[in-house]
Amino acid sequence: MSERERPHAFVVYVENKPGVLNRIASLFRRRGYNIESLTVGHTERSNVSRMTIVSSIGDGAAHRVEANIYKLVNVLSVEDVTQATTISRSLALVKVAAPEESRHRLMEIVRVFRARVVDLAPRSLIIEITGAEDKIHALVDVLRPFGILEMVRTGQVVMRRGAQERAEIRSPKPAEENPRRAEQKAGAEPRGANALVEADRPAGSV
Amino acid sequence: MTGAEIIWECLERLGVEHVFGYPGGAILPTYDALTKSRVHHVLVRHEQGATHMADGYARASGRVGVALATSGPGATNMVTGIATAMMDSSPIVCITGQVGSTVLGSDAFQEVDITGITLPITKHNYIVTRADEVAASLREAFHIAASDRPGPVLVDITKDAQLGSCEFDWDAAEPRDHREVPDFFPSAARLAEAAAVINESKRPVILAGHGIILSGAEEEVRRFAETADIPVALTLLGLGAFPASHPLNLGMMGMHGEAWVNQAIQESDLLIALGMRFDDRVTGKLNTYAQKAKKIHIEIDRAEIDKNVHVDVPLIGDLREILGRLLPAVRPARHSEWWSQVHSSQQDSAVRDIQNLPDNGHLYAAHVINDLWRETHGDAVIVTDVGQHQMWEAQYYHHEKPRSLITSGGLGTMGFALPAAIGAKFARPEAEVWVVAGDGGFQMTMPELATIVQEKLNVKIAIINNGYLGMVRQWQEFFYEGRYAGTPLLSPDYVKLAEAYGIPGLMVTQRSQVVPALHTSRFHAGPALIDFRVEQEDSVYPMVPAGADLHAMIRRPTPLVERPTDE
Repeated sequence: MSERERPHAFVVYVENKPGVLNRIASLFRRRGYNIESLTVGHTERSNVSRMTIVSSIGDGAAHRVEANIYKLVNVLSVEDVTQATTISRSLALVKVAAPEESRHRLMEIVRVFRARVVDLAPRSLIIEITGAEDKIHALVDVLRPFGILEMVRTGQVVMRRGAQERAEIRSPKPAEENPRRAEQKAGAEPRGANALVEADRPAGSV
Repeated sequence: MTGAEIIWECLERLGVEHVFGYPGGAILPTYDALTKSRVHHVLVRHEQGATHMADGYARASGRVGVALATSGPGATNMVTGIATAMMDSSPIVCITGQVGSTVLGSDAFQEVDITGITLPITKHNYIVTRADEVAASLREAFHIAASDRPGPVLVDITKDAQLGSCEFDWDAAEPRDHREVPDFFPSAARLAEAAAVINESKRPVILAGHGIILSGAEEEVRRFAETADIPVALTLLGLGAFPASHPLNLGMMGMHGEAWVNQAIQESDLLIALGMRFDDRVTGKLNTYAQKAKKIHIEIDRAEIDKNVHVDVPLIGDLREILGRLLPAVRPARHSEWWSQVHSSQQDSAVRDIQNLPDNGHLYAAHVINDLWRETHGDAVIVTDVGQHQMWEAQYYHHEKPRSLITSGGLGTMGFALPAAIGAKFARPEAEVWVVAGDGGFQMTMPELATIVQEKLNVKIAIINNGYLGMVRQWQEFFYEGRYAGTPLLSPDYVKLAEAYGIPGLMVTQRSQVVPALHTSRFHAGPALIDFRVEQEDSVYPMVPAGADLHAMIRRPTPLVERPTDE
């Protein structure tokens, strides 16, 4: 099954327990999928961590990976946000060779890119930049001729735009009343089950 | 209470009657506490056996099977059994001892990272380092093993967690579903869409899988098939989910399914897959699989949807519940044209059937299986190993009831049969339990004969002995120009071996001896073993070569090619 590959970003909420990262990474590893970037951090809820995982895979493969991530017991929710409207950011620190004669030009570049100089040493400086991947790529390309001594980049963090927090909190379409849920009159608001099932399948998957 | 006492207290409260295990250093505190427990411990001869027994127990009963082992080699010996249970969605809980939490990661004696090792082959696993975590972990482990799509769960408990003490609070240890659960259960519109597709279909086939048995949906499936007059093809693990004698039953599909069953699948305009996963042994080449058919897939595991075969209407959830919703919308139908097409493709199958050949003095495995079916009136629980005999069993033992065939399907684990049968017998002491194993697989786990004797179990054993690793030999014959590398196999004298364990043994070399031997063994009050010396180079027909089109089957040559007898 050869599918066209493209970067897919998964947002995964997990219980903050040992081994969870291993379990998720293992799902990619056993299928031979490379993880391009992965970030993990705390969330607004205690004991819950949020991961953003980016991997270049086909749409069908992404669908299967998502379904398999969801099966993990420590996973609270997972969403492939590739087709959603999102804000995506990563951060880079770039240590550039900065002798006296090039320092002025570097400062100019920093201003244009809305980056910051966070360290200044006699022969080098460290530039911090936050932004979408392409902006960071662009800055790195411009800095390369000056001599990049060291660089560190975080992976991407991705968040949906707008008020809705997660896919699950979408309300179901009225016409798509879930028969089982309709019977359970007590309890909380249905969590958009149908919306998720319908949205669950990538268009034109294999 | 100590962590060790909590383990047994929890197992008792969880309804566990039997635990299959093997003691060792890191699990000693738990074994010490066993003396105060009502749970019956079965001493196995190898930890792999313990996991297969727990698995056989689970498959025969639908309840969670439990295996117990020490750290290090005890734990690693469980790996094959855990993977077997994982592939066949069998609910087992494996409890392993672990070195003390203070020395974890120091390469202590008999230390192994068993949670790391079993991570991809368990539904979930735990490492428990404190006594006060034992109860919650075990309760959750049982819940996870048995719920949704069942599977194995491993709980690794450090020695200090077993020795430590804490207040035991059963209620506080109740598993909590902490997830924000999106309900994937199909909407009314989705169900109506499925019903419409079924009602429009002219050439439907039901693909009946293991999920029917796991869901307990046999009755719903029967009503559904009868209402809409749909032929039912079964997977290996689905055998028993739909009565073999039912007129709508086509038989087994796939690599060694009957040719007309696969033909029906290839010509159908609608496949309704019930709790099955389109395994490669079932589909053959995916590009040519059931090209004209729409697919409805009813499956509890969302990750199975679109995995191998693109599905037009996926219905995610418990099969029994979904069929219950779907049934009222399914219109009664008669598909007489489709049925005559299906029947016409049976052609000369009966002529080629080995059952209909005259007795030429040879003993064929198929005859043995068929006679076993007749003798036991199809009522026995048959536990098979893996290989040719397994396929002959599937073809010639006609299963009417669920949980009457226990076999390793997904992983194809040789050595499964004997220990799994022990577990099955503990689960259903009233049932007649037969091991059907080849001479290869039987030799992998035959030390468990001692377990049978020690536990005074009435398990019957049929060894289909052809002197080869038969299925591999068959592949060598078909695809490797008959170069039999590594497949000729020496066996001990099984009759003497059985006698050494105090089990009566019989050897059968002729077809006429089969029924008397079965009769003698069946009416013996304890375990019995029969060594069936069958035709050495017989092959399982028909066969779809791996990766070939499902309709391109190798058929049994007709008339049967004669080979000189060794007598």
